[in-house]
Amino acid sequence: MTTVTETHADAHEHGMSDAGYIKIAIILAAITGLEVSTYYVNFGPFFMPALLTMMVVKFVMVVSYFMHLKFDSKIFSFLFYVGLGLAIFVYFAALATFKFFIA
Amino acid sequence: MADIATHDTDHATDHGHHSSTGLSNNKLAMWLFLGSECLLFGGLISTYMLYRGRVQNGPHSSQIYDIPFTSVSSFVLLMSSLTMVLAVSSAQRKDDAKTNLWLVITALLGATFIGGQVYEFTTFYREGLGFTTSLFGSSFYALTGFHGVHVSVGVIMLLSLMGIIKKGKITGDKAEVVELIGLYWHFVDIVWIIIFTLVYLIPS
Repeated sequence: MTTVTETHADAHEHGMSDAGYIKIAIILAAITGLEVSTYYVNFGPFFMPALLTMMVVKFVMVVSYFMHLKFDSKIFSFLFYVGLGLAIFVYFAALATFKFFIA
Repeated sequence: MADIATHDTDHATDHGHHSSTGLSNNKLAMWLFLGSECLLFGGLISTYMLYRGRVQNGPHSSQIYDIPFTSVSSFVLLMSSLTMVLAVSSAQRKDDAKTNLWLVITALLGATFIGGQVYEFTTFYREGLGFTTSLFGSSFYALTGFHGVHVSVGVIMLLSLMGIIKKGKITGDKAEVVELIGLYWHFVDIVWIIIFTLVYLIPS
């Protein structure tokens, strides 16, 4: 009973229980395993899109669940994602300046 | 009415100072800091992407990267995010013993990651890749070195946090302090998620 109450209270406070966090970690570990497998297995034209997709999925899962952005105020999400958006802009601007995208 | 006023005061004491939005100033500041950190690492990652193929002297990335070793390091750092979030969870349940236990494990995992990075840097240096050997070497060491410094600072913060929890020196909301350190720790993890893919797994 105590465990159930504790788990409920915990989930209310965080948005997730400890068991939920462990499930997320298992999914993240599995995705990391898949990422590493691309080093050994030839995925052909799917290599780059698959790696980038897995990277984004892992990033969003950690930010949403471990950093609680999914359950927290949208203002925190705004502050973080604006910084991230600017960083991506800087990234592409720098690469474009040095003609990185021109073969 | 008096009850409501007392409740409000207790709430404020529990959760520290709040901004006009009703949100914690500390958390707002931490998220703003993390947003600005994205810019720092965005610059370092784009520099690496530009220069990773520029090898005038010394070894090329494909000649020195040890993917199995780095994969284990990445897994260790990823699991440290789990132990950190369990520390936050324990702190919110006001369970100091478990909070300290998860913080110790997180710090140990972080120290293991740093140990791996020191070993990797030493190996690369012995194989001929110094900081000034090539543009690839400079941008690689700058990016991964900055990340390593962030992890090291995180480990120091975790150990300091354990010390002040044990001495009972946190006057405000203890869970929020643990959560703030946790946000920083998860941030270094998400930066590594990007570095692991863009630097190590995608060939230049």
